[in-house]
Amino acid sequence: MTAHVTIAQFRPTKGNIEQTLDDMIQALVSASAADPGADLVVFPETALTGYFLEGGVREVARPAAEVFAEVTARYGAASSETVDVAFGFYELDAGHVYNAAMYARLGPDPELIHVQRKVFLPTYGVFQEERFVESGAGIRAFDGGHGRTAMLICEDAFHSISGTLAALDGATTILVLSASPARGAAPGAGVPGNLARWDLLGSGLASEHGIHVVVSQLVGFEGGKGFAGGSAAYSPRGERLVAGPLWDEALLTVQLEPREIADARTEEPLFADLERSWTRLLVNSPGAGVGRPAPDDRGDAP
Amino acid sequence: MQAAHRANDATPWLREVPDAFPMSPDATAPLEIDTDLASTWLTAFLRDEVGRRRGFDRVVVGLSGGVDSSLTAALAVAALGSEAVQGFLLPYRTSSDASREHALLCADRFGIATREIEITDAVDGYLEQFEPEAGGHRRGNVAARQRMIILFDQAFKLGALPLGTGNKSERLLGYYTWHADDSPPINPLGDLFKTQVWALARAVGVPEAIVGKPATADLIHGQTDEGDLGISYPEADLVLHHLLRGVTPSRLANAGFDAAKVEIVVGRLERTHWKRHLPTVAMLSATAIGEWYLRPVDY
Repeated sequence: MTAHVTIAQFRPTKGNIEQTLDDMIQALVSASAADPGADLVVFPETALTGYFLEGGVREVARPAAEVFAEVTARYGAASSETVDVAFGFYELDAGHVYNAAMYARLGPDPELIHVQRKVFLPTYGVFQEERFVESGAGIRAFDGGHGRTAMLICEDAFHSISGTLAALDGATTILVLSASPARGAAPGAGVPGNLARWDLLGSGLASEHGIHVVVSQLVGFEGGKGFAGGSAAYSPRGERLVAGPLWDEALLTVQLEPREIADARTEEPLFADLERSWTRLLVNSPGAGVGRPAPDDRGDAP
Repeated sequence: MQAAHRANDATPWLREVPDAFPMSPDATAPLEIDTDLASTWLTAFLRDEVGRRRGFDRVVVGLSGGVDSSLTAALAVAALGSEAVQGFLLPYRTSSDASREHALLCADRFGIATREIEITDAVDGYLEQFEPEAGGHRRGNVAARQRMIILFDQAFKLGALPLGTGNKSERLLGYYTWHADDSPPINPLGDLFKTQVWALARAVGVPEAIVGKPATADLIHGQTDEGDLGISYPEADLVLHHLLRGVTPSRLANAGFDAAKVEIVVGRLERTHWKRHLPTVAMLSATAIGEWYLRPVDY
């Protein structure tokens, strides 16, 4: 069945969760109005609070269950339609703070389906994430409204292993929630340099595994650092299906055809090659067993 | 999507991947900017930081008649509308007639209301009465700080925010008065080199009489920035570009850059790191502001 996805290219009211929740609910209602068949709305990374909070993350971090309850209650007061939503937030769990993404079903039968914690925490240049949040344990897919789905948070998508792990866990749709400060104004691309790179990443991630990729970007300036928008979605062949505007909020509707996954994977069976070779690669690759242990039960599933 | 850089024009099958720039004194491409992109970027910045983040709908700009303040005013008009921008001419008795003419030319070009407040009495009330022997450097600092006293007071009176106009070149070279030119809370040009300011100013319609003239602090007759610095802005900007990306002075010299001019830039850069920081505060606790207690400006 065709997935009707809306990318909510979104500008939070920084640090003001109450106002931002209201704006998110309004965006969900507007998404339904714009596309009555909308069944998934994807917000960006840290949509609930804004991104650059430094030590303030501990003041805005919330338990996933608490955030889910708040979103469910507010959405229930505004709409009776069932819709899935993915959004980024700072998560508090057992004294740990994470940069996380929640996938939930809202409506008459609400369900918190998955929480993914950001694994690769950028700590260079303008980024200081490791100073303020902890790293997620692993990357897992889950059963979304339209089949196996995974969420990657910003830098997670820069590491091809992230998409590989998600695809191997069965994901045929990857949602990338991003807050990418604009930089680079060289002539040519017409967009900030980081967005040109995101375009390559999104297309490459989709075509490597024959999957749909949805990239939702934050909007707005935080202390001079501008989140430029430029959200996008990509077909399993790596074609760009939709592209958001620069500098402004937008609701971008895109329809993802599941049939195209099989078409792309048949034409270019890279994913089948990966599945066949993965275990052998791990066994025979020096360093494959080095590093963090496998995700434990305290990991990313709620 | 279009080609990222020049060489891709000949290799359209590689349009998505930018070419590496060569490092040479003649390779100025790293300083080129997409002026349409930069203009929309900076107007979006001003709308967000002035309006959404801080709740102001008006700004004040000190118009010196130079390209930095003219470009700042032009961007503010694009972002907020001409009614929301108030220009101030703040001449000292030694300021040139051309500075005044160009400030008014800019105001006329972008439809900005202006007010002229001469700072001579305020500056000389201190200098002539108490410090008549003060040289040009000190006089320049006093005038720059006096201008900020007026700009901030007028902003308070008008319920507006003062905009900063300092560019990246002068910030990196330390060619400004600390806690004067650099003090307004919002600055759209601070990450643009001077050569990029020139390009953007031309693109947004700042009159050529302003863009094309030699940059000057206008403190002494005939003074120019480049004369003071001993290096042209195009030369300094390219050296700064490479230095900030980690290229060493010796590597620049080996690539054909004038070692003496590289040394001018390196010397000024390294002597002025302090100018790009807030005052050094003695830390006595584990809650020292900005050291342990870390909060962004807009939270």
